[in-house]
Amino acid sequence: MPPKGRIEVDEKYCKGCELCVDACPQDVLGLAAERINAKGYHPAELIEAGCTGCGICTIVCPEAAITVYREVTKAQGNQ
Amino acid sequence: MNTLEQDLEKLVYERPDTLVETTTHYCPGCTHGVAHRLIAEVIEEMGLRDRTIGVASVGCSVFAYNYFDFDFVQAPHGRAPAMATGVKRTLPDRVVLTYQGDGDLASIGMGEIVHAAARGENITVVFLNNANYGMTGGQMAPTTLPGQKTSTSPSGRDVETAGFPIRASEMLSTLDGSSYVVRRSLHDPKSIRLAKKALRTAFEVQIRGLGFSMVELLSICPTNWGMTPVDSLHWLESNMLPYYPVGDYKINPIVAEIKI
Repeated sequence: MPPKGRIEVDEKYCKGCELCVDACPQDVLGLAAERINAKGYHPAELIEAGCTGCGICTIVCPEAAITVYREVTKAQGNQ
Repeated sequence: MNTLEQDLEKLVYERPDTLVETTTHYCPGCTHGVAHRLIAEVIEEMGLRDRTIGVASVGCSVFAYNYFDFDFVQAPHGRAPAMATGVKRTLPDRVVLTYQGDGDLASIGMGEIVHAAARGENITVVFLNNANYGMTGGQMAPTTLPGQKTSTSPSGRDVETAGFPIRASEMLSTLDGSSYVVRRSLHDPKSIRLAKKALRTAFEVQIRGLGFSMVELLSICPTNWGMTPVDSLHWLESNMLPYYPVGDYKINPIVAEIKI
């Protein structure tokens, strides 16, 4: 089972550059087509399940807008 | 979210506190943001936030002082290494970094950077190379590639009249005063990780008082290159990397012993 994770995009910072969309190894990121932020950009968001919490989106994000969480499995939790 | 759920997941990454909670003026996809984030992460990891002084240059990075949550001063165009010299000599216990673009460092500021490196000033220079003058509208810079179209070289840089691009890292590495001069790229996650490691090493060099350190970061300028950010990354990889190869150009033998 691959690890499960999720990301939160701070929409205040996101400029919809799509670098995270291109870099995501699981291809689960996309731009929110129906929503714009204060600057007028479509912010990035998770568009489907499958995020592993690898954090590659945060490495390429120029705005440091992404926070990543990863589920702790029972084995890891007991350590 | 309830407590039970919080217990079941861990934080992998969050925005560093060393970055001010404000939006930047950079264009979407501009890798200035990546460089800012890497510097903030390194400063935070090393616990240097209270004793770091940044020197902002002129160019797109002119507002860098608005984005970092540590002390900053603003230098006249190209004079950041000269100002950093003064700051470091008067406050030798502080960590001093300059943040400069290629229009600033490799053109009007060429004298300052060469002499700062020749004197072996104990400062760290972060040099963003995006092959044009971004802030003023994409004019040809000393680092513009042969044949590259810019707003002042609409048919491509003609080396017959405009000369050849300057490889700043290679040039500065020939000076005895420089201790750590490397070039990294910001075009993919692996390169960005290596860039962060280089920045960490550069600050370690300064803390140990080993002399001049510089990290050149190949960067994109999607707006002035006239491409999407993703296409710009590919352009950087296929055009800039062959001319500006990433690598370690000068590593003082003592620096080579630093383990991070």
